[in-house]
Amino acid sequence: MTNTNIQQINPKSAKRTQIIYGFVLIVVGLLIYLLFGLNTEAGVLTTFGLNLASSQAIKIPDLVLPALTTVYLMAAIAVFIGAYQLARGIRSTGALIGVIAFTFVVAFLAWAAQDKSFNLAGMLSSTLVRATPIALAALCGVISERSAVINIGIEGIMLIAAQVAVVTASITNNLYVGLIAAIVVGGLVAAFHAFLVIRFKVDQTVSSVAINIFGAGITSFISSRFLQTATDTLNNSGTFPIITIPGLSKIPIIGPMLFENNIIIYMMVLLVIVMHITLFHTPWGLRTRAVGEHPKAADTLGINVYFVRYVNVIIGGMIAGLGGAYFTIGSVGRFDEIMTSGKGFIGLAAMIFGKWNPIGAFTSSLIFGFADSLQVKLQILRVPIPSEFLLMAPYIVTMIILTGVVGRAIPPAADGQPYEK
Amino acid sequence: MTNVLELRGITKRFPGVLANDKIDITLREGKILALLGENGAGKTTLMNILYGLYKPDEGQILVRGKEVTIHSPNDAIERGIGMVHQHFMLVPVMTVTENVMLGVEPTKNGIFLDKEKVAKRIREISDQYGLAVDPTAYIKDLPVGIQQRVEIIKVLYRQANILILDEPTAVLTPQEVDGLFQILQTLIDKGKSIIFITHKLKEVMHAADDITVLRLGRVVGSIDPKDATPEILATMMVGRDVNLVVNKKAAQVKEVALEVKDLFVRDERQNLTVNGVSFEVRKGEVLGVAGVQGNGQTELVYALTGLLPLDSGQITLLGEAIKHTTPRNILERGVAHIPEDRQRHGLILSFPIHDNMMLCTYYKPPFARGVSLQAKKIFSNAEELVKQYDVRTPNIYVNAGTLSGGNQQKVIVAREFSRPIQLLIASQPTRGLDVGSIEYIHSRIIQKRDEGTGVLLVSSELDEILALSDRIAVMYKGQIMDILDASKVNKEYLGLLMAGVHPTNTATKN
Amino acid sequence: MSETATPKPTETKKEEKDARNSSIGQALLIPSLAVLSGLIIGAIVIAVSGANVFTAYGALFTGSFGSPTELIEGLRIFFATGDNASLVKAIYPFTESLVTATPYIFAGLSVALGFRCGLFNIGAEGQFFIGALCSAFVGYSIKGLPAYIHLPLALLGGAAGGAFWGMIPGYLKARFGAHEVVNTIMMNWIAFRLSDWLLNGPMKASGFRPVTANVLPTAELPRFFADPLRFNWGFVLALIMAYAVYWLLFKTTIGFEIRSVGANPDASKYAGMNIIKNFVLVMALAGGLAGLAGSSQVLGVDHWVGQGFSAGYGFDAIALALLGKSHPFGVVLAALLFGFLRSGATDMQSMAGIPIDIISIIQGLVIIFIAAPDIIRWLYRIRSLKVENTVLTRGWGK
Repeated sequence: MTNTNIQQINPKSAKRTQIIYGFVLIVVGLLIYLLFGLNTEAGVLTTFGLNLASSQAIKIPDLVLPALTTVYLMAAIAVFIGAYQLARGIRSTGALIGVIAFTFVVAFLAWAAQDKSFNLAGMLSSTLVRATPIALAALCGVISERSAVINIGIEGIMLIAAQVAVVTASITNNLYVGLIAAIVVGGLVAAFHAFLVIRFKVDQTVSSVAINIFGAGITSFISSRFLQTATDTLNNSGTFPIITIPGLSKIPIIGPMLFENNIIIYMMVLLVIVMHITLFHTPWGLRTRAVGEHPKAADTLGINVYFVRYVNVIIGGMIAGLGGAYFTIGSVGRFDEIMTSGKGFIGLAAMIFGKWNPIGAFTSSLIFGFADSLQVKLQILRVPIPSEFLLMAPYIVTMIILTGVVGRAIPPAADGQPYEK
Repeated sequence: MTNVLELRGITKRFPGVLANDKIDITLREGKILALLGENGAGKTTLMNILYGLYKPDEGQILVRGKEVTIHSPNDAIERGIGMVHQHFMLVPVMTVTENVMLGVEPTKNGIFLDKEKVAKRIREISDQYGLAVDPTAYIKDLPVGIQQRVEIIKVLYRQANILILDEPTAVLTPQEVDGLFQILQTLIDKGKSIIFITHKLKEVMHAADDITVLRLGRVVGSIDPKDATPEILATMMVGRDVNLVVNKKAAQVKEVALEVKDLFVRDERQNLTVNGVSFEVRKGEVLGVAGVQGNGQTELVYALTGLLPLDSGQITLLGEAIKHTTPRNILERGVAHIPEDRQRHGLILSFPIHDNMMLCTYYKPPFARGVSLQAKKIFSNAEELVKQYDVRTPNIYVNAGTLSGGNQQKVIVAREFSRPIQLLIASQPTRGLDVGSIEYIHSRIIQKRDEGTGVLLVSSELDEILALSDRIAVMYKGQIMDILDASKVNKEYLGLLMAGVHPTNTATKN
Repeated sequence: MSETATPKPTETKKEEKDARNSSIGQALLIPSLAVLSGLIIGAIVIAVSGANVFTAYGALFTGSFGSPTELIEGLRIFFATGDNASLVKAIYPFTESLVTATPYIFAGLSVALGFRCGLFNIGAEGQFFIGALCSAFVGYSIKGLPAYIHLPLALLGGAAGGAFWGMIPGYLKARFGAHEVVNTIMMNWIAFRLSDWLLNGPMKASGFRPVTANVLPTAELPRFFADPLRFNWGFVLALIMAYAVYWLLFKTTIGFEIRSVGANPDASKYAGMNIIKNFVLVMALAGGLAGLAGSSQVLGVDHWVGQGFSAGYGFDAIALALLGKSHPFGVVLAALLFGFLRSGATDMQSMAGIPIDIISIIQGLVIIFIAAPDIIRWLYRIRSLKVENTVLTRGWGK
């Protein structure tokens, strides 16, 4: 602990970071040249489709680029900025990471889609769609961990909620009943987690893991005992319709991405905003953050630490329940065993990369959503990379993010610790 | 004159400990009551009961003659009782305003936090009581003295009339202590009443209107400050005559054990906390490092013992320059380390005593042959050390966590002193201990010095520094202000150095 | 706290002995009650799902231990006629349970070892899979070796593969403080995708199904009896490993370091131990053990690897380690229990129509009950004994 000023710049390590980023940029430039430049035929065009066939957006011409020139241009940009970084230095690491990602991805797409047409608008639109369950998992993590309760059981909660949603919706023939049931069940499972870790001081990770195992077990049990024999009546709910927002949906590219979605996606975006305001501009948020940082201090001011934690964990569970509902009634209309395939954990990585902020968590989820939808599009394009490796990408990205090499974040100070009076 | 607060027959039991035994205490209106007692006397327990953090097993609490029940801090706040805790209850990553408003947040439109309103109120309180502080500053950026003001403002913001201050001077320089007493006087003048908890004798005589002494959970007696002397108070506090001075012979100084040159160290968050420090410790002397906590002493010790890497600088240990300060490398060269936080670094609380007694040398004979642990040797070693260092424990097989603080510290001292050592680095060696243990550990340290070991003593207790040191270095903001001969300094001078004021050139160092 | 008067030594010796006895009692009592409670709730789930609990648990019992009447009958026929066919049939369920328990022991030891060092290895699943694939590869691809070289080599290959898979999250944890729970799970998913690719591509045997070729007979763990009994040396190897882990943890300086780092990493650093080395070492050892679990399954039982080969062993292992209190011998007992449960559950599925996933439900519940012994105490009104809570895991790598 120190009472001196915190904001001291460390000249040595700042210099080191500057050099590292410079070299990374140059290496990326070279990689672009070697990987894509040498394998792109000269004079071939790459077409980026900017319209979605089904959307209401005003049609605009597609973007047609000469493939090889684009690749070379991206390589040049990366090398140039790398050299500039070595010579002068750019402060914003975010901007540098942005440059790395942008040049590499654009060059990659130009190469992958050479002589073909690639629907960029479609991919952007599916980015938000695929980011939705990850973002909801991340928001669940944010709100629990801001009050210092780690919940790694999001995966299990989402699985259970996904199943409950589709089964209730199928039985009642009403998707909204299914949605509400999923949210309620998500809250209940989270309440159980909260009860274990707050009342019984169970290790938070152990409790979460138990929930994951239990969730996978019970959903698979129900699935193979009931759903498989009665698919039509129990596991066939249909999905929420797309709600098109008049006017706004007419905007090219952005319209189909943001304003032609189903209710769960809109709810997710709304939740991001509401949670941001709640956390940073309301008494409840102030108390939540205090409980997450210094529960004893909050307690001495008459704040009920346990109550705050219960409420936040339960709200988090309800959000995860919404995320679970997305898997079934929000996208495919039926339940498959272990259909969440690690999205709950990826959400946690998004939460960490987003520095425990709702907006940050949402933006990081978009990165995962982008990687996910890219992977699907690439399979369609028949890129000569085995699809299994493309499927690994989100998991590898998650691991890289957890190393903190790109943007280290500090969790709430009391995160994961039980509070004893 | 009325009694604003009365405690009658308060009793509180913890498993195995009677923390408070039928305690009676009276606070008169507009007065400062000092509650004196050594560590473990039950002062903090009593105040936590008063503040609703603990429930008493027996007894009554009377506020202005009316019996009240206090089940939570909210109840206490409602009755006008406010508490400034020994360890500040402030959220470091929040602003002063946010910390003050926490729990009683005014809102705009019933939803949004109204920070401006609170900031305005903080400025009013600041002006009224002379507690200058910037409402928009983040707590983590404020010095300890200012943080204490924020704690007091928090209490006043809740309109408390009875203020409890738990060991408020522990983290302050002598001059800051004077400043605090002035603030307390202002508070009294404006009609507040104060309970002031401490184990420091002189402060009590200086500041209090009434003194009540606690020992082993009981009230020993009350005394008028005018009749009190340090000797009388110490005897009341400890229950026997206390030798306030450590007996020691003049130092027999020999060759240099440790030389440090231009040392720069960063803490875990990469802040430069040791900022170009140079000094040397000779065999047979105690070099005391004084300073308000958080001025780089912790990081200095961590760097010397290999717990933090050096940013730059040179360490020469027993004539050899050390490049890689790993804990094992340092230890193998004959350095003993009594760490500042004994429960974090010094012991594995869930391990039995016998394992803690060989924690640093488990890999060497006689405790290990190859990779195989030698249980018999481990047990006999522990049995012997427990006897030799008077560790009070049922046996050597119980976990270290079951011991009292003093006995835990004795385990560490026994372990560290049981191997041949050239240099002892002792950081806050008596923090939180009772007087008996303090005396014991002090005598052991002096004994090591007289055997020819070099001793680097880091302590934020100025009395401890003055009692043990042969030379004194004062640290402020990561730098050494000066190194002085211990026989030729006084507390006031040290206090100025600790506050970053160099009296000879009257320039404030930053 | 103040110096409290220490009781007289003579009294404490006895008190302590009592306390120790009763704590051993509780150490067995709580897990037993946890399993019992899990089974009871499992029964409720079965009943709610519309099946007959007695049929189901009856099938579970005969599926795991065999039918006593059939056993007596088999013995009678064997002694009367020397025909062992019905005896083999009678003891088949019991040996099959031991066969199922074998990988459980390895995998449980893997997770338990991690816990001892304060690491939560949820990646045993992936390590199991990678270990199995490596063993299979060594087992079918290297030809012409004698068994005494080929078999150890195949086992070693599995251990090495698992160790590598475990080491990566261990290193990331040690070097960057990256949470090993999330990372080991990510490694699981990567292992699944990798195996999908390997089994459909490079390692695919000729034929339609995505499976590897059979390992050569020289790489197989020898079986004790003729077919159909699959009981093999893997079980003995598992028991030896349990003792080895016990010895390592409690009798060596290496184990002392591992336990110290698990109990208090700061004090361990102060004592000169290398935290990074220990994290990597333990995760490698844990991965190796999980890899051996896969090896024992492929070399001793199946002889080939197909999709979904890991079948939840890694997750079951968490329950085992908790149930066995992270003690190697406790893990062996827990693994035997789960071996019987899982093996019996197969019969329960075929005879009573109860999906085998019921076992996962019971496991999740057992973990919860073990981790929150207060619930068990409360349910069965057991007087609380002051037991120190051990911290198993930490936050996001601080």
